[in-house]
Amino acid sequence: MAAKKCSIPFSGTKEQEAKLKEVIASHKSDKGALMPILQKAQEIYGYLPIEVQKIIAHEMDIPLEKIYGVATFYSQFTLNPKGKYTISVCLGTACYVKGSGDIFDELSKKLGINGGETTSDGKFTLVDCRCIGACGLAPVLTVNDDVYGRLTVDDVDGILAKYAE
Amino acid sequence: MYRSHVLVCGGTGCTSSGSAQIVEKLESEIAKNGLSDEVQVVKTGCFGLCALGPIMIIYPEGTFYSMVKVDDIPEIVSEHLLKGRIVSRLVYDETVTDKGVKSLNDTAFYKKQHRVALRNCGVINPENIEEYIGTGGYEALGKVLTEMTPDEVIQTILDSGLRGRGGGGFPTGMKWKLARNIVPDADQKYVCCNADEGDPGAFMDRSVLEGDPHVVLEAMAIAGYAIGASQGYIYVRAEYPIAVKRLEIAINQAREYGLLGKDIFGTGFDFDIGLRLGAGAFVCGEETALMTSIEGNRGEPRPRPPFPAEKGLFGKPTILNNVETYANIPQIIVNGADWFASMGTEKSKGTKVFALGGKIKNTGLVEIPMGTKLRTIIEEIGGGIPNGKKFKAAQTGGPSGGCIPAEHYDIEIDYDNLIAIGSMMGSGGLIVMDEDNCMVDIAKFFLAFTVDESCGKCTPCRIGTKRLYELLDKVTKGQATLEDLDRIEELCYYIKNNSLCGLGQTAPNPVLSTLRYFKDEYIAHVVDKTCPAGVCKDLLKYVIDPDKCKGCTLCARQCPAGAIEGSVKNPHKIDQSKCIKCGACIEKCKFGAISKK
Repeated sequence: MAAKKCSIPFSGTKEQEAKLKEVIASHKSDKGALMPILQKAQEIYGYLPIEVQKIIAHEMDIPLEKIYGVATFYSQFTLNPKGKYTISVCLGTACYVKGSGDIFDELSKKLGINGGETTSDGKFTLVDCRCIGACGLAPVLTVNDDVYGRLTVDDVDGILAKYAE
Repeated sequence: MYRSHVLVCGGTGCTSSGSAQIVEKLESEIAKNGLSDEVQVVKTGCFGLCALGPIMIIYPEGTFYSMVKVDDIPEIVSEHLLKGRIVSRLVYDETVTDKGVKSLNDTAFYKKQHRVALRNCGVINPENIEEYIGTGGYEALGKVLTEMTPDEVIQTILDSGLRGRGGGGFPTGMKWKLARNIVPDADQKYVCCNADEGDPGAFMDRSVLEGDPHVVLEAMAIAGYAIGASQGYIYVRAEYPIAVKRLEIAINQAREYGLLGKDIFGTGFDFDIGLRLGAGAFVCGEETALMTSIEGNRGEPRPRPPFPAEKGLFGKPTILNNVETYANIPQIIVNGADWFASMGTEKSKGTKVFALGGKIKNTGLVEIPMGTKLRTIIEEIGGGIPNGKKFKAAQTGGPSGGCIPAEHYDIEIDYDNLIAIGSMMGSGGLIVMDEDNCMVDIAKFFLAFTVDESCGKCTPCRIGTKRLYELLDKVTKGQATLEDLDRIEELCYYIKNNSLCGLGQTAPNPVLSTLRYFKDEYIAHVVDKTCPAGVCKDLLKYVIDPDKCKGCTLCARQCPAGAIEGSVKNPHKIDQSKCIKCGACIEKCKFGAISKK
């Protein structure tokens, strides 16, 4: 899913590029620096479009296909921009046995998108995740950094309403 | 000196339920009442009773407040801290007796626990190295560097009987010994810490990192001295932001105090630690994949041998231990191998931390001596299963493990006993399931996970798990035959025997163990086309009991598929060919007339 081609035009700024090059320069000599650099790059741009991968390939002098290979291997890296709010439903075991699958389905239905997709207004991205470790609150979902626990399907509307404006 | 200390849990569980706001409010209320010089607020790691979060303990009384809300804080400050009157309505009810409030350590949840790895969790402020040192921290590193030879350190760990807590159970001392001796003239060696806790429903390592990060640093330095390494790496999940932050703080503080870096304790021993963040790949919990990932590559495993002790990170001799394993090391050094070996069973020494989750009252973190009965963990410590439901099975080892059915409820938990019944210790996730959970569905759930997380390098795992998932999907949809069950079993063994790494080799375990103990449930799906637990949607049939139905029409109006027919005040009927089994009717019926079969 992460490898899907991005349809949104790249709009990176000069400042972002300068920041990225700075990060690369400071990490370049570390052993195994690619992962931390990709993580920082995603922090700067919010995602890792091919344009950003090319900058990294050029600056680090490693082949683009290696960077693409790493960027598509890990689920944390995304080649597509995310919505303003990322709703992440925990489908870890503890949440799953307490019904988080139904909550995910309800969100998918309400938002009209599947997992990994973003609503057409760029507002919500729906993803599933494997255990954020708040199993005591199961079932759990997060909207960006906000955590909602002990949920039922009926709570979905209320949570979406909070981010409606 | 402060006369009172207020400990607030700052672990992920309690932070998720708002403990950060509670700390803020506490501090402002304490200042407002002019108590800032008398009362100190300490943000600690996890106390373990996550189900009751946010949690707060006030010392010296040891009063345990649970499910505290921000609005409760003014009352706690003015009543308890100012006037010395306990706010009884907020106290954990287990601690309340006829004779007043009893100590937390006497409650069912804590009484049978024995905290070694979690010793400091919920006790000290993890962001302050002095509190760690104050509880004996870095004493073991000092002892090792000034009084012991590397071989003596390794012998102590060997004698203690400590086995890898990440799930494999390999003797830790043996691992160290190999790394020390196998390539005697290596110019560089590495010590790695596996904090890529990917098993869903497990959060032991996270709690140690959040509650007591220095213990891991200290143990890694000890390991570095023992095998002759000067560099360590901690590979931690990026999904654990609090743990990452506290590790960063801890590493910086340890460097400032000269406990990491050059010439530690003036002994000429150099050791430093770097942090590497995972990026969401379960396979990176496998040791060779983890090292490949630290090297900056796709986290794919490589064949063994050569084992990491010979050729690991960057091609150098490397040891990799799990967080909880490290958390035991300093105390083994300080208290001696015999002390550690006195706990546990013959072949499994010490204690084990479990993350209790699922259908259990006290979800949270517990540490018990090896050999404790499953029944004790679930019924006494865990408080049993909520809503009067019956215990069906406990799942350990996550996607690599299996289930423990009711017939083995009295099993004594240790590495070998669990393997003997087709499960495994795993890293410590323990998910309890009751009669409402379908075991075929659970097996399918775990397979969906492995299909997702298989790295794709080897065919048996990449394609085998996918085919296995499809067969299980057929079962849950009532389309499978009895021959398919044989095919499932055959495929399981094929994947186990031919996969490259632990992920594939253990992926069929949830299927094999549910087939072993719950075959009748599989057969019910195949032959009778029913799901006994009422989970598998395709096999459910919603029916209205005509005797109970009052004809209120609520269900018919609720049905999104228009599958319910009937007139006002007459019993309704569900047209099975139209029903999409969403369950909307059952939720709305006020008379309990609708049931699923």
